[in-house]
Amino acid sequence: MIETELNRCVAAFHPGATGVTGAAKLSGGASQETWTFDIVHPDGTIGAILRRAPPGYGAAPGRAAGLDAEATLMQLAHDAGLPSPKVMHVLAPEDGLGRGFIMARVEGETIARKILRDEEYAGARPLLARQLGRVIAGIHSLPQAKLPKLRSLTATKEIEDLSREYHSFDWPRPVFELALRWLRDHDPGPPSEVTLVHGDFRHGNLIIGPDGVRAVLDWELAHFGDPMEDLGWICVNSWRFGEIDKPVGGFGTREDLFAGYEEAGRKAEPDRVKFWEVMGTLRWGVMCCGMMQRFRLGPDHSMERAMIGRRASETEIDLLRLLAPRGK
Amino acid sequence: MQDEPTPTELIKAVADFLRNEIAPAIKGHNSFKLRVGINALDLVTRQLALAEAGDATEAARLKALLGADGSLMELNRALSAKIAGGEVDLTTPGLPEHLWQTTMDKLAVDQPNYAAYKRELGK
Repeated sequence: MIETELNRCVAAFHPGATGVTGAAKLSGGASQETWTFDIVHPDGTIGAILRRAPPGYGAAPGRAAGLDAEATLMQLAHDAGLPSPKVMHVLAPEDGLGRGFIMARVEGETIARKILRDEEYAGARPLLARQLGRVIAGIHSLPQAKLPKLRSLTATKEIEDLSREYHSFDWPRPVFELALRWLRDHDPGPPSEVTLVHGDFRHGNLIIGPDGVRAVLDWELAHFGDPMEDLGWICVNSWRFGEIDKPVGGFGTREDLFAGYEEAGRKAEPDRVKFWEVMGTLRWGVMCCGMMQRFRLGPDHSMERAMIGRRASETEIDLLRLLAPRGK
Repeated sequence: MQDEPTPTELIKAVADFLRNEIAPAIKGHNSFKLRVGINALDLVTRQLALAEAGDATEAARLKALLGADGSLMELNRALSAKIAGGEVDLTTPGLPEHLWQTTMDKLAVDQPNYAAYKRELGK
């Protein structure tokens, strides 16, 4: 039972804690798990989240920043006053829990359809785009000297990575070719300033309450690069969940997003944002195709994976709407 | 010749049973998975109904665009190579229309409820 290790661990890092209750796995792939549990303390229980690679799993694969870097970034964001959970403890070998960290649990909603439809969030929806613009600006302004080691990504490299991955599937898609060609022809080159980029700033990784955004999660894809990438990714149609006339997450306008970003002292560049929106749309399409490959080749022969493969065509229509729009 | 009922009729009967009789009785994560499964069966019935006509018109458009013959796969490979090489682009007569029609025909099978597809259907 994981509670045995957690009991020992929380007693060591949280003075007065007497143990944990209610440990339950929220999600887990082969190499990474998220657990929720409560720390029992005489002053009252404290909600906590464990994010870890179980013992026996090595460094994070390919694009991932790694759990140690994630913990550092979340703590830096928290210290900067951004909506980010407090990191309570970074796992050490003697904890016997693998690699990862324990953070405070933030209550709220991450499911897009609820955030976009439920009455509870009706007051938050009109505020979110501007709020998120300010939050993204805060992320891009985190003190460079304190940032962990992360990979660097340029537009040119990302185009080539996507091209290589798409061609490895050996399944011709003229619309993806059109998008790759457009991206190469419109590559804006290096940004005026390279910053920290969250890399996956969208529904699912944002905890929303009736008051607005409460936490930014999942820094797994954090890297150094063009700050406009984060603004483009949250405008990708796949994250609008049907609310296609509200480009920011299905709840807001680009104007509000940019206004929030600029209120926090940074400059939004709409042409670059559009470039990264096209890139992001193609990236999600390539990821859908990758799911299909893993369904066919991998041990996880699940219906969900198979059906995500059939969502690549959604990104094809989105790419055509961006690159070859038709009249009314 | 295989007998009736047709594959479409069989799959539709199974999907309707799962949707109407089983889904209301299932809770939790399996209810989500069951919905995905029913969606998959519905997708297959749409493909059985629509793919033949869609593939035929797609092949005809590709042959006209490329001035070449071949299987649908070969023709799509050839078009992809020409787009990648810049030999054809959105100013090439017929190319935007072809890409749009092919994509609309895919969405009609894959996700006919996708909001962007429904919007474009009205155009």
